[in-house]
Amino acid sequence: MKLNRKEVQHIALLARLGLSEDEIEKFRIQLSDILENFEILKQLDTTDIPPTSQSIALQNILRPDEAKASCPVEDILANAPQREGDSFKVRAVLE
Amino acid sequence: MNDLHKLTISHAHQLLKEKKISAVELTRASLAHLAKVEDKVQACVTTSEDVALKQAKEADKVISSGKIMPLTGIPALIKDVMCTKGIKTTCSSKILENFVPPYDATVIEKLKASNAVILGKTNMDEFAMGSSTENSAFFPTRNPWDLDRVPGGSSGGSAVAVSADEAIYALGSDTGGSIRQPAGFCSVVGLKPTYGRVSRFGLVAFASSLDQIGPITKNVADCALVLNTIAGHDPRDSTSAPNPVPDYTKSLTADIKNLRIGIPKEYFVEGMQQEVRAGIEAAIQKLQELGAKVDWNVSLPLTKYALAVYYIIAPSEASANLARYDGVKYGFSYQDTNNMWEAMEKTKQFGFGAEVKRRIMLGTYALSAGYYDAYYLKAQKVRTLIIREFKTAFEKYDALVTPTSPTVPFKLGEKVDDPIQMYLSDVCTLPINIAGLPAISIPAGFADGLPIGMQIIGKPFDEETILHIAFAYEQATDWHKRKPPI
Repeated sequence: MKLNRKEVQHIALLARLGLSEDEIEKFRIQLSDILENFEILKQLDTTDIPPTSQSIALQNILRPDEAKASCPVEDILANAPQREGDSFKVRAVLE
Repeated sequence: MNDLHKLTISHAHQLLKEKKISAVELTRASLAHLAKVEDKVQACVTTSEDVALKQAKEADKVISSGKIMPLTGIPALIKDVMCTKGIKTTCSSKILENFVPPYDATVIEKLKASNAVILGKTNMDEFAMGSSTENSAFFPTRNPWDLDRVPGGSSGGSAVAVSADEAIYALGSDTGGSIRQPAGFCSVVGLKPTYGRVSRFGLVAFASSLDQIGPITKNVADCALVLNTIAGHDPRDSTSAPNPVPDYTKSLTADIKNLRIGIPKEYFVEGMQQEVRAGIEAAIQKLQELGAKVDWNVSLPLTKYALAVYYIIAPSEASANLARYDGVKYGFSYQDTNNMWEAMEKTKQFGFGAEVKRRIMLGTYALSAGYYDAYYLKAQKVRTLIIREFKTAFEKYDALVTPTSPTVPFKLGEKVDDPIQMYLSDVCTLPINIAGLPAISIPAGFADGLPIGMQIIGKPFDEETILHIAFAYEQATDWHKRKPPI
């Protein structure tokens, strides 16, 4: 599987990951090589095999809905790059 | 008493209990030794001397009141991927360089509940992605057995800290070998528990279906003691198992007569170093001499697919987990724009290092429309086959034994530009995470002064058997007593 520049840029856009020109070229080559290594999986017939998403079969884990003290607002906002009052400050989402 | 920093947990506990030493003395000794060797090995990202001494004073009070527990007053270092309230948790990434968690990970709560002493946080490959600790955004950590060589990774700082006696023990995390491979490279004991055995709450997520926290210690008995403390169900981690936690120290007996041990030949891979092969074969012979029934001819033919399965599943999960670093709630944030998307893209561009970006790209691709079935779903199905293959093997054997890594520690810089070669360094450890099994790496010899690690793999939730075998081997050998030349 050889990737072209456009595909690399498309993946980066999906991930919202900025890449320099050098990185685009480097990842184009490296990711192509890595994807090549994944071809080995085609050797295996997995038609009737169910997928595993995690190795211990726990499902629908619930706990009692009990009210407890949460983290203080000030502790959470202490890491905020930008804040306004008791809120995170964000850039306009809709122009 | 001299050289307190060299003590094991069990020995230090004994001395604390008999009031021959105090937790403050022990903590000061560890901190002093850390300050002495840290320039050479660079194992720590943050040291928290003040907090540690405060915790040690507290521990001494607890000991005076007769309420000592196995880890009370004993200094530890923590891989910088576990949240520590009030102490920076960076994941060795620029994006979290100044992040101070508002809460403790469950494992940290448990250590604090035993009045353990936390000396600081250890260096790692950024977001636990790597096999050499060279992917740290800050600096590489060096192997105390040869400072020109890597300590392994991603828990390289924790393994070095224990090997170089900077701490009495450490915690690491293991997604594809990140506890066991550096433990092997540094000649210490490292255990990856069964998936679900230890709570992941407060562990910064890399690949959520594979990540697991575990102990890195100077010997097997210490490993059991730390596991006793950190294991158990946690309602805040829905994948943590409700299974009761046994007292793991009870399985530490030297008699392994008639235990059935299988040697899967696929783990003695092409390109494996001859000295490593010879060292592991000698170690297995030792297990045989001790009375274990060893089958040298086990085959797990699906092993060769594990690398591809891992490098689809782990990056896929990582790409989803790391989407949270958007520069809005915490962490590095690119400010020089009013455009939301540009801010997000530049935050990640300047906040993440090369390997993290590579895996985000790989995972995003594997999960994207048109490729999901061919990559992610396919890998999940092969994962099922690999789990079944292990299950069948464990009908005949109590444990499987392999090398931890196909080579001794490699040179710094040797593999940084070749991701596939770096990935191959974990070829013996990755399959175990895919299947969620417990496995331990223990010191099993040296090749030209460089450590060789032996991996013992167990059935799900049967940490007891692998600790048992590891303990028996350790009793019959003295590799674990050798100290690095620094």
